[in-house]
Amino acid sequence: MSGSLRDTNLEGWNRPPVIVPDGEGELLEVAMGPHHPSTHGVFRMDLALDGERVVRLKPVFGYLHRNHEQIGETVSYLAMMPYTDRLDYICSLTNNWAYALAVEKLVGQAVPERAEYIRVILAELTRIVNHASAIGFLIQEMGASGTPLMYAFREREKILDLFESLTGSRMMCNYMRFGGCRVDPSAAWLDATRKVVAGLPQFAHEFENLLMSNEIVMARCQGVGKLRPELAINAGVTGPMLRASGVNYDIRKVDHYGVYDRFKFRVPLGDHGDIYDRYMVRVLEIHESIGILEQALKEIPGGPVMDPKAKIRGFRPKPGEAYGRIEGPKGELGFYLISDGGNSPYRFRVRPPSLINLTVLEDMCLGHNVADVVLIFGSVDIVLGEVDR
Amino acid sequence: MKSVEEIKAAIEAAVPGAGVEIVPNPSPSGQHSLRLLPSHAVAVAYFLRDDEDLGLDFLSNLTGVDHLDKEIAEKVKVTRQVTKTVDGVEQTVDEVVEETRKHMEPGYLETVYHLFSMAKKHGPVVLRMRTVNRTDEVELPSVTPVWRSAEFQEREVFDLYGVVFTGHPDLRRLLMWPEFKDHPMRRDYKEPDDFEYEPTPHDTVLARAKDHKAAVAGQEGTGTGL
Repeated sequence: MSGSLRDTNLEGWNRPPVIVPDGEGELLEVAMGPHHPSTHGVFRMDLALDGERVVRLKPVFGYLHRNHEQIGETVSYLAMMPYTDRLDYICSLTNNWAYALAVEKLVGQAVPERAEYIRVILAELTRIVNHASAIGFLIQEMGASGTPLMYAFREREKILDLFESLTGSRMMCNYMRFGGCRVDPSAAWLDATRKVVAGLPQFAHEFENLLMSNEIVMARCQGVGKLRPELAINAGVTGPMLRASGVNYDIRKVDHYGVYDRFKFRVPLGDHGDIYDRYMVRVLEIHESIGILEQALKEIPGGPVMDPKAKIRGFRPKPGEAYGRIEGPKGELGFYLISDGGNSPYRFRVRPPSLINLTVLEDMCLGHNVADVVLIFGSVDIVLGEVDR
Repeated sequence: MKSVEEIKAAIEAAVPGAGVEIVPNPSPSGQHSLRLLPSHAVAVAYFLRDDEDLGLDFLSNLTGVDHLDKEIAEKVKVTRQVTKTVDGVEQTVDEVVEETRKHMEPGYLETVYHLFSMAKKHGPVVLRMRTVNRTDEVELPSVTPVWRSAEFQEREVFDLYGVVFTGHPDLRRLLMWPEFKDHPMRRDYKEPDDFEYEPTPHDTVLARAKDHKAAVAGQEGTGTGL
């Protein structure tokens, strides 16, 4: 390509001037996004390229910003629950759980055993939906248009049908409450869930075999976008991305929130911290989630799904603050609440895993080709509803 | 995991003059916090990260809180000299009167840090820092050199609250556009009167739409009102 964008003399082009390096050639500035199909929404990366090589990458956020946190400070605690569905709209049930957990910590609310089991079942189903979609999108970004993604979406549709029959909505579930869950699942729903879960191992194996030893997948993913464990910890990276770098940190194991201490499951870890490891960690987490689901569906006790003492009307926590967090499918999802005794929080903060995992995007991309940026970005697994809030 | 009192003692032993203060949290969550002096915060941060017992290598959450100016009313007992007529003779007597005195407590911006340890698997340790006021002295030291995870979160607090982090390598707005004035998460923020109203406004939206139309009509002299 002859000449850089500097020569085109675009009006309103008021970015910093292009750096001309000491060597031969000029740098090319490319604005990747906000409408690039690989950006999972509306997101822009300002790249500086030396030939095909990335020498600078600055993410630009805010296209989907709606000041979610300020909405949280104007509505009541319960009225905020449906808004949390819209954070990471693929995983609304884990968002519900994280928020409910933070409020329960703030007021010291207990949750009945049956509700804890239902929460685990729904969270693990959500994790499978998220990981399958994330892998599907990643393969799509490698050029396999549609087909692998549709394998993932076929299974996702079965799980979303379960969500719909329980909560009334496929994606915006608004299901959890402070001190339990909104409705009690029927025996028929639990049977239907057992049936879907029984079909999941076959899907996971098929999905894995279809892609794991594929030559193109290996060539494009192995050794690309490496992340050192020390940097991952220092940059606050969480979730499958952290574990792919070999750091054993799963909040389900560390905090034992809910009833996760009752289930046997392993935490898959990667060796190299490259795209391939991130992809494999997600595949293995699907297997572990299926294991948790089987145990939870076997052991689920009877009883109420709401604590009868839970206060619903006139819910006003005493002054104080609490930080509650869960292992969301994308990483640590936390809610920080400060109450001043009123019926809406004084401060409502979401700790978004997607945004903080992007801190290291530039570090992972430097020195790689521009085509790899799409894959590295895809392997972070973000949803812009949560990044921009 | 050490208690906040033990952490306070450890910090004060390692960083002389750190001036750590415990902020109790009455909530059942029991997450008490430590308030740091901005002048010693970075040294304390390095200590918390590198200390062998604490090993707080993971800064999970960093956020801001806005506290407005508060008017505090206090009842004070004041002794006054009053002229009274006792037994037909005018006398000057001391009398104790209760009086309500009001004073303004200046507002401030606060940052809150939630630290965990990935190596030791404990936490959270909650830290806080305050600016001097909400208007011109809003600088706080950046902890990005200590924990990279603060990079975007400090940019967000700068954007939405207006806290200026000194020592941050790239302090720009994160979510709002660069030309935007004001800080939308502040509690006295008023959104500019330039957004579109609903096609069928009602209740508070209707009232605002009417005000908006009237203001526009006043400016241009052509508006028809609602």
